[in-house]
Amino acid sequence: MNRFFFGIFPYLCLAVFVVGHIWRYRYDKFGWTTRSSQLYEDKLLRIGSPLFHFGMLGVVGGHILGLLIPQSWTDKIGLSRHAYHVLALAGGIPAGVAAVVGLIILVYRRRTTGPVFSATTVNDKVMYVVLGAVIVLGIWNTIAGSWLQFGGEYNYRDGVSPWFRSIFEMRPDVDLMAAAPWGFKIHAVLAFLLFAMWPFTRLVHVFSAPVGYLNRPYVVYRSRDARARGPQVRTPQGTWDKPGVKN
Amino acid sequence: MRVMAQLAMVMNLDKCIGCHTCSVTCKQAWTNRTGMEYVWFNNVETRPGLGYPRRWQDQAEWEGGWVRKANGRLTLAAGGRMKKLLNIFSNPKLPSIDDYYEPWTYDYETLLNSPQQQQFPVARPLSLISGKPMNVTWSANWDDDLGGAREYGPKDPMIKGIEDKVKFEFEQTFMFYLPRICEHCLNPACAASCPSGAIYKRSEDGIVLVDQERCRGWRMCISGCPYKKVYFNHKTGKAEKCTFCYPRVEVGIPTVCSETCVGRLRYIGLMLYDADAVLDAASVENDQDLFAAQRGVFLDPEDPAVQREAERAGIPGDWIEAARKSPVKRLIMDYQVALPLHPEYRTMPMVWYIPPLSPVVDVVKETGHDAESQANLFAAIDTLRIPVEYLANLFTAGDVAPVNEVLKKLAAMRSYMRDINLGRDGNADIPATVGMGEEEMYEMFRLLAIAKYADRYVIPTAHAEQAHALEELATDCAVSEYGGGQSAAFGEGSGRGGLTPVAVENLRVLKETQTADSLEELPGENPLRGRVNLLNWDGKGMPDGIFPGDKTGTPQ
Repeated sequence: MNRFFFGIFPYLCLAVFVVGHIWRYRYDKFGWTTRSSQLYEDKLLRIGSPLFHFGMLGVVGGHILGLLIPQSWTDKIGLSRHAYHVLALAGGIPAGVAAVVGLIILVYRRRTTGPVFSATTVNDKVMYVVLGAVIVLGIWNTIAGSWLQFGGEYNYRDGVSPWFRSIFEMRPDVDLMAAAPWGFKIHAVLAFLLFAMWPFTRLVHVFSAPVGYLNRPYVVYRSRDARARGPQVRTPQGTWDKPGVKN
Repeated sequence: MRVMAQLAMVMNLDKCIGCHTCSVTCKQAWTNRTGMEYVWFNNVETRPGLGYPRRWQDQAEWEGGWVRKANGRLTLAAGGRMKKLLNIFSNPKLPSIDDYYEPWTYDYETLLNSPQQQQFPVARPLSLISGKPMNVTWSANWDDDLGGAREYGPKDPMIKGIEDKVKFEFEQTFMFYLPRICEHCLNPACAASCPSGAIYKRSEDGIVLVDQERCRGWRMCISGCPYKKVYFNHKTGKAEKCTFCYPRVEVGIPTVCSETCVGRLRYIGLMLYDADAVLDAASVENDQDLFAAQRGVFLDPEDPAVQREAERAGIPGDWIEAARKSPVKRLIMDYQVALPLHPEYRTMPMVWYIPPLSPVVDVVKETGHDAESQANLFAAIDTLRIPVEYLANLFTAGDVAPVNEVLKKLAAMRSYMRDINLGRDGNADIPATVGMGEEEMYEMFRLLAIAKYADRYVIPTAHAEQAHALEELATDCAVSEYGGGQSAAFGEGSGRGGLTPVAVENLRVLKETQTADSLEELPGENPLRGRVNLLNWDGKGMPDGIFPGDKTGTPQ
């Protein structure tokens, strides 16, 4: 059981995640969008969407810190475990709460605003349930494990984090995860399930985060025969340059 | 100097009768789809009025277009790149569906299925957004022909500063129609606002297009465009806009809105411009200088130096020739009677307008004076603050001098042509008062009043050697390669067989059929060659070619 969920299932999900994205990008560039419903309803979205998205950015940042950076590294730079915990809670709780509150507002909006609800597909609904469960379990783990410390403190950086890294070393350490509390186990399994669903949902828009905008000339020129010669983005000299070059 | 070519349009507002044929045919051709019910790539507004979407000109509210910073550089009015990205999760300036209007249909079935009854059955309006019955309270043209002007007229953003002068009592007011399409700007704010880089300006003809495969639905273009001419398809989650009917103009036929214009008020032609000069011209300090600055960017295609440079920039010879014959160039540069719409947005729009003289003529007529007399018209133009100031707010950032100049040219043409039409000799003094020669004035009259199809639309075709690449580029999508018929797994139009692409070939076939005298004369490869035109068929007998041929092409 543990062997399947923490030794095999992650690989299945990651494989689907990678291949699925390549497939979707190849076959469905037209469907690759945020599918925004702002046109239907603005006021709740104005509060809920930034709350949720910025909260999620914080949550993802926290996971990178907690899962990818080994405990020994933070020990080395002289960050005590207690200090790390305080830091993680100080960043994690607000981000998590923002994401949850945002999600509640967004789901409420989706359910109560007629046009938004009718634009919601089954695909969306399943994704929201899994996403919501992952987030709620994550918050619960933070509160129960690190803050209130039900059933003793669980240091996930001794258990979950090394296991997560061991997946990418192709030597999944199932025993580490088998010893983790139930909350962490379910959170991990559902998170991998979410990764597997990712390429087939609107979540793909995450990979379109337009960071390139910061370093692009304002006006894009393209030749009519772009397809023959491959995509080209060019600016006639003297008009808009990249930021910082001239304008 | 870097010469670029731009397809541009001029509309002669005096001739617009507000029939909305352009809007309807455009909608039938381009936005007659789910998700686009509320969208009009072409719309006709009654001015004064709110426009579509409501109060789109109020940039203090919408923050569209560019603004000039203290250091003389341009920045997007809604903020630079960083601010745009920080607002990406919820665009604070996006118009809501109510600012356009909630589209609806009628429950026609109740009319057809109604049992015999005393009362006449009623088809209730149903919202196309929610599917529920709704009360229709606004539309793209609710204030058409000054309907409800006493309520809506004073809210027109262009009335600002002249509120005390504009009367909305029916007998005292003035009005004209303003047809609007995308401006295909030289300095497009929509393209600059797009975080994904999906909106681009075609380097060959300057048409601004949305690449449907690169658009990710961030919605920044919709608020970035000060003319509010980029729309959000709420089913596919992508931005769509007027394409200047690129599949048509590429084969040399005018846009749908121009082709079907009843008043024949639209002109299409090429403008050559200096791309190096665009940014400086868009950055001049004074808003009222922008219009002249933009005119300064255009190049004279008769100038041999310009022709040489154009050739060096890879512009084909027949395009340079078309630029020389361009009716748009004549109206903008030679006669100088066309003005840009809202140059103060600093986007360098490329759909220009000849302001209407008719409100002035109407006033003179109502006073009982001779409305064809140059002296009367000139006096009226000089003394009437309305509509001149209103027109200046639309076309010259409030500067009345250029508007006066144009109206006087139109007034002079009117008086000069009266003499000619009455069989008298033309009075050379009249054109001279507006700095024109007799012949020039007559040529202008011909172009404005009686120009033929080929004179109004001078559209060079895209080159045949590019034809393969042209086909199905740009606003269509790669899914066209995979056939159709499967369900949209990830939302409207996604997955295999999403949208039906635009085929250049169909239009070419259509054009050949339209211009040939009989179907027998069509070129061999035209599938309609040898077929029967059913509109001419009397229903008797079975002529050859009434049914399509088998796969080998021989008619049955």
